[in-house]
Amino acid sequence: MSSAVLFVIVAALLFGIGVYGLIIAGHLLRKLFAINIMGNAIFILMVAASGPLDGKPDALPQALVLTGIVIAVSATAFALALMVRLYQLTGQASLHNNEGGDD
Amino acid sequence: MTEAALAGLVFLPLLGACLLLLVPRQWRTALVLLVVVPLPVLLLPITAVVWQQQAVQMAVAGHALPLGIVWRVDALSLLLLWLNAFLLVFVGLQALTRFPPATPAGLRFWPLWLLLAAGIHALLLSADLFNLYVTLELVTLAGIGLIATSNRPAALQAAMRYLLLALMASLLYLLGVGLIYAEIGTLDLYEAGNLLEPGLLPATAMVLMITGLLVKAAIFPLHAWLPAAHGNAPGPVSALLSAIVVKVSIYIVWRLWFWTAEGWPMPALELFLGLLGAGAILYGSALALVQKRLKMVIAYSTVAQLGYLMLIFPLASLLAWQAAGFHLVSHGLAKAALFVAAGNILASLGTDRLRRLAGLDQRLPLDVFTLALASVSLMGLPPSGGFIGKWLFLQAAWEQGAWGWMALIALGGLLAAAYLFRILALTCFHPRSHGHSSRLREPPSRASLAGLLLALAAIGLGFASAPILTMLASAWPGVIAP
Repeated sequence: MSSAVLFVIVAALLFGIGVYGLIIAGHLLRKLFAINIMGNAIFILMVAASGPLDGKPDALPQALVLTGIVIAVSATAFALALMVRLYQLTGQASLHNNEGGDD
Repeated sequence: MTEAALAGLVFLPLLGACLLLLVPRQWRTALVLLVVVPLPVLLLPITAVVWQQQAVQMAVAGHALPLGIVWRVDALSLLLLWLNAFLLVFVGLQALTRFPPATPAGLRFWPLWLLLAAGIHALLLSADLFNLYVTLELVTLAGIGLIATSNRPAALQAAMRYLLLALMASLLYLLGVGLIYAEIGTLDLYEAGNLLEPGLLPATAMVLMITGLLVKAAIFPLHAWLPAAHGNAPGPVSALLSAIVVKVSIYIVWRLWFWTAEGWPMPALELFLGLLGAGAILYGSALALVQKRLKMVIAYSTVAQLGYLMLIFPLASLLAWQAAGFHLVSHGLAKAALFVAAGNILASLGTDRLRRLAGLDQRLPLDVFTLALASVSLMGLPPSGGFIGKWLFLQAAWEQGAWGWMALIALGGLLAAAYLFRILALTCFHPRSHGHSSRLREPPSRASLAGLLLALAAIGLGFASAPILTMLASAWPGVIAP
């Protein structure tokens, strides 16, 4: 039981770090790192919830986490490509407040 | 037959998206048509079955739960499938002129378009919490990719902001799914409803999931990403994003609320969600009144109109259910028409700044007519589809003596009329100022026709309301709950 608590605490800490980074960081790369850290916190939590607490582990959450990792990797790759394109066009890899844009 | 049709809805666009990247240039247009045109036909056998049996269910490739995937279609998902098919065909008509599939721009655009179609279909068929997560992610990524095809800095900035928020939102949703699975060991949307007891952990999970979904649905005050993203995307993309992509997130919230969390005592939360809707209607409409660009007005109008979909939570009756479902469809058609027309205007003038639109009715009569027709439906004038939706909302509020909500719905209609008449007055009743000698590029007639057909459908929906309302009633969980 104590190891499960440890997992939950680690996951909560990671999630907090992720949220903090997402809000504080200016550079898009850092924001993406932060989101990935948040994602990993959730994966840890899901694996811990399926954990071998009494005998054999439950396979389904592990399959879900695997799918989640695949999605996180592809979403990150897409975000990186978008960031590079943004950098090529504007010379900056951060977000600004120009809602309406120019025409 | 039904099962083949269901599979076709998901795999035909998916296959088309992959093949587009492989086939020679001159075959691409034919391939796009070959994929998009049969989609409404595939819906016919499904509609026939749902009409008789209220719902269709199938295990994909015969694999049963828990590792298999189960698809389920009832009248609500069917209605959204029809809306999506309609939009894919008619907005696609404009997209064909804007992004000809044989060009490099077309090659960037059409695979994503078809991927988005496949994602929306898979989402609407899904009946378990985790598949909803996967398909929602697919829809979001394809949608953001489509915004990025515009290649303008403003659009890319908006796409990036949307992406970051959407990724965070899906993580909140996933966390909720993980908690629910840990609690009851099932992911089935409907079975979870029977197994979950109201309590601290399920409530936390539900709040996490709904918060994530409200970000993706751009419900006030989580709407900040929407106007820039929808206002700067290419015309056909804005149309599809505003008309259906944000709505599928609300659709999942409805599913969670009325199926999974059915019967939980949460009056404070109901009121809170309703108040968010009220905030959306007032704030979105007020900001739509002060925008300087046509597409931004329409984007803020989306923020406002999405608010109505939240009124179902405090009202929660059969009438309100029919109203919300009907409003979802009629707004989808009208908003798509507005964005298609605005896209044509933007492409013709090179700008959509409102002060440059003076006297446009003489130069682009068809597109301005489309704007006017769609506006009639959006502000809820009879006999349009928009009128039926708002009228049913008013009736639902009247039935319960909810005067506050009644006032809100009436005020929302009035505000919509204000921001839409502002555009119409500018385009139709102001003489063209002489300072601007902007040259005009006539939009392709097919693109204008696409908008007109969508606007006519939004009006015509008012005459075809009976079967839609009957079907919606059959999907009201208060009726079919076992």
